[in-house]
Amino acid sequence: MAWNRDQMAARAAKELRDGYYVNLGIGIPTLVANMIPEGMTVTLQSENGMLGMGPFPFEGEEDADLINAGKQTITELPQTSYFSSADSFGMIRGGHIQLSILGGMQVDEKGDLANWMVPGKMIKGMGGAMDLVAGVPRVVVVMDHREKGGDSKFLKECTLPLTGKGVVDLLITDLAVFEIDRRGGGVKLTELADGVTLDELRACTEASFTVAL
Amino acid sequence: MSRKIYPDAASALAGITFDGMTVMSGGFGLSGIPENLIVALRDSGAKNLTVIGNNVGCDHHGMWLVLANNQIKKVLASYVGENKILESRYMSGEIEIEFNPQGTLAERIRAGGAGIPAFYTRTGYGTRVAEGKETRQFPNPDGTLDWYVMETGLVADISLVKAWKADTEGNLVYRKTARNFNPMIATAGRITIAEVEEIVQPGELDPNQIHTPGIFVQRLIKGPSYVKHIERLTTRPRPAAQENN
Repeated sequence: MAWNRDQMAARAAKELRDGYYVNLGIGIPTLVANMIPEGMTVTLQSENGMLGMGPFPFEGEEDADLINAGKQTITELPQTSYFSSADSFGMIRGGHIQLSILGGMQVDEKGDLANWMVPGKMIKGMGGAMDLVAGVPRVVVVMDHREKGGDSKFLKECTLPLTGKGVVDLLITDLAVFEIDRRGGGVKLTELADGVTLDELRACTEASFTVAL
Repeated sequence: MSRKIYPDAASALAGITFDGMTVMSGGFGLSGIPENLIVALRDSGAKNLTVIGNNVGCDHHGMWLVLANNQIKKVLASYVGENKILESRYMSGEIEIEFNPQGTLAERIRAGGAGIPAFYTRTGYGTRVAEGKETRQFPNPDGTLDWYVMETGLVADISLVKAWKADTEGNLVYRKTARNFNPMIATAGRITIAEVEEIVQPGELDPNQIHTPGIFVQRLIKGPSYVKHIERLTTRPRPAAQENN
């Protein structure tokens, strides 16, 4: 047993707080937008230059001038604002966005993150990921715990080129949740996914961690 | 007629393009790209271009047209996916790509246009992006130190931007997220050419709502038409219509 994509997103949604400005990455993090708790005000930022992202448009109402960072058509809300990409990354680098939730290829026990390139394969580019992890005070990574072949993606040290060094605060995988001290204070296991045992988790995790369930 | 207004994209580019020049082009994905000026850049035949922008178009659209016409030597961008020609020419070494974090790219262009030769950012410290660059520590408000990477400002021989409306003086207003990289790119060109959907008389745009002041725009055209291709059309179902009986 393990968490599915929706369950991982639901766990990530528990990191939201009333009044937060939040940036959501592509993939599972995008699902968090549909899981904002009732009564909580959360403003979503799109790093191409928008605060206050609305839902996808109804068919026929799409507007080529209104897209999110994943290049999907979206809509605006009454409180929406638009700005340049320089202002947008000023918000990000300046620490004004409180929470970034994004995907990963590898995370290590020092809080390093790799999610932008695999040597020898075509590099698409890092987009805004390096700025987000360097500038946002709280960074949550949501990713599968293992490679398709079964190898751990939560490592002692990332082997892929880094997106950021010492940048991850919380790692949510399909098997567990880990708190990481990005200043080098180690890793705590705080939750196991439904039906996952500690022994099963240890068997497929390279990073070392203390147990604080 | 204003001295800045040209009849079409080809005449706006006439006499100012040359081989080996650096061109900046606005847009995020295909949103807010100067689509008519890009076609004119292709038709100019200028070669060995260095192209700076967030992306390099995508298959069959935008700056891809210039790429497919073998005019590009080097690219500075943050994301170049969905572009098969670029992929094959990068992997074969025919084209050089300098990957920049998106915020670093935006700030390098902003800095270049504002006369700032370099700045320090935390972005990319400890990654490949920082290799070969000066790094140094600066204090945080709490007295702890963080490492920063020095990045340099960028300027261009020609900047191509797309806005929604302009007045005849070149004051620009952008629309929604089509603004993206356009305002900074407008400031960083030795010659900046803007294309817009509508040109109005001075006084018809609210001076409080100008995004790019006309000082940054040397040449201006009204685009004859806009395709505004959407890369990822994403919609949701309409709620079921209420029966009226």
